Amino acid sequence: MKSFLANKTPYFFIAPAIILLSLFSILPIFVALFISFTDLDLVGIADWSSISFVGLENYKEVVSDPIFVKSILNTLFYVVIGVPLVIILSLAIALLINFGKARIFKAFRVVFYMPSITNVVAVAVVWSYLYNPHLGLFNHILNLLNLPDVPWLQDPIMAKISLILLALWRAIGLNMIIFLAALQGIPKTYYEAAQLDGANNWKQLTKITIPLLRYAIFFVSITTMIGWLQFFEEPFVMTNGGPLDSTTSVALFIYRNGFQFSNFGYAAAGSFILFIAIIIITLIQFKIQNKQQDY
Amino acid sequence: MKSSAISKQSLSSNVKQEKTQQWVVGIILAIGGILVSLPFVWMILSAFKPESEVMALTPTLFPQEWTIGNFHNLFVNMNFGLYLKNTIIVVLWSFVGLFLNAMAGYAFAKFEFKGRNQLFFMVLATMMIPGQVTMIPVYLILNQMQLANTMAGIVLPGLVGAFGIFLFRQFMTTIPDELLEAARLDGASELRVFWQIVLPMTKPILAVQGILTFIAGWNSFLWPLIIANDESLYTLSVGLQLLKGQYGGNFALQMAGSTFMVVPIVIIFIIFQKHIIDGYTISGMK
Repeated sequence: MKSFLANKTPYFFIAPAIILLSLFSILPIFVALFISFTDLDLVGIADWSSISFVGLENYKEVVSDPIFVKSILNTLFYVVIGVPLVIILSLAIALLINFGKARIFKAFRVVFYMPSITNVVAVAVVWSYLYNPHLGLFNHILNLLNLPDVPWLQDPIMAKISLILLALWRAIGLNMIIFLAALQGIPKTYYEAAQLDGANNWKQLTKITIPLLRYAIFFVSITTMIGWLQFFEEPFVMTNGGPLDSTTSVALFIYRNGFQFSNFGYAAAGSFILFIAIIIITLIQFKIQNKQQDY
Repeated sequence: MKSSAISKQSLSSNVKQEKTQQWVVGIILAIGGILVSLPFVWMILSAFKPESEVMALTPTLFPQEWTIGNFHNLFVNMNFGLYLKNTIIVVLWSFVGLFLNAMAGYAFAKFEFKGRNQLFFMVLATMMIPGQVTMIPVYLILNQMQLANTMAGIVLPGLVGAFGIFLFRQFMTTIPDELLEAARLDGASELRVFWQIVLPMTKPILAVQGILTFIAGWNSFLWPLIIANDESLYTLSVGLQLLKGQYGGNFALQMAGSTFMVVPIVIIFIIFQKHIIDGYTISGMK
């Protein structure tokens, strides 16, 4: 009896988590794959018999959808500009904070981390106000410096950059903490040895710190890239994809087709394309990382 | 004699140089810090301005006439009290999820059982699935279970998470087996061992996860937006999004709503920040 109980105990402990994860993470993958081959819409949910199997029709249609193509290009824009900016800025701030010896430098961690924990809607509301062409603080400051107004959210290219600025502001904190943790893991003796050899700060940074941070940089670049590929909340709340779909991301495209137009099959096909793209890009990054480790 | 004087001199110039560098770095960080906090300061101060002042073409930092009318408006004319209640319910449920994560982490850390490695791998695999892929099927599944537009539908999908289970497992493997065995020999039930021995020993990670869970629950936006059609189920962030749509021109009111969402989190964060920031080091995120 006792051994029977002992055998059951672990299953009792994991059961709730496993059931919930299966139901809301694993099963949905298969459901999404299945419905991406059907024409499921709002009518289909109420009456299953009206759903028909359409094969690859959704996939063919979505890759020729001009808005989908545009959303892919926008997402690439976010990734190409956003990922390097997040890495450079969060690393630079982590290095500066790590360099400081006074107590005040600990307070800077809190200040720079703060935007990461705030609510995306609240932040988007505040930034919409800051970006407002007539009332906004940003244009007012520019005018004070005798600079012309910037059409923050009105111009197709500028709107993308404005969203990146906002997302950057939110992303620095967490990545800075990851870099700080990695910096504190570097043994002090390396620097002492380098100083005896007369290496200056810049030499120490490029020859010791950056190479030893390679794993942290890799981790941050992978997670940041995946994050930017799924970029959603900022364009959704701030611009709703406008002007002229210039800020629509792939994730926003999927959301809109799924929940605003109720074309579930079509949106599922789009989501699978995104999923496959994320897997491929992540694998490529792992490949590059492995090659770099060889030397 | 002479050489020691020279080295002394160079040492003092080194110290001086070091001091200047510290000051320069401090000033750069201070300027960056001011820029980063500017949106918060602007938001909070604007929330206390009357609407006319927020719409003034020459903005001023401090309100000329302080008012709490905007907050009053949120609760009296808008349903922010109801949204607050819903948000608190979501947060409380997310703590139940935290407990379930801890239970699963404990079993994966401290028991040998058939299928353990496969199941743990499955848990980790769920971390790689993007939310955009699962959101439509999860909606359909919940709809099929008659849970769309219910509180259960809002909280169930996010209740457990692979990352939490993983962190608990990592931490709990360090608890000595002898301790658990001793408690079992004394006749403690498995649940009691978990509740009275394992959980108290897991405090540091429980603190970090607890705060992060609170923040995530408080900020939850996309899922409640999808699954709740009925305004009576809206959370604060969904309500704020609604407010932005309806009162797009009234920035003072929007700033008050945003302040109401952000300030509690900032206060909790400042109180517990040491745990969170150190927690990343504990969690082995490096």
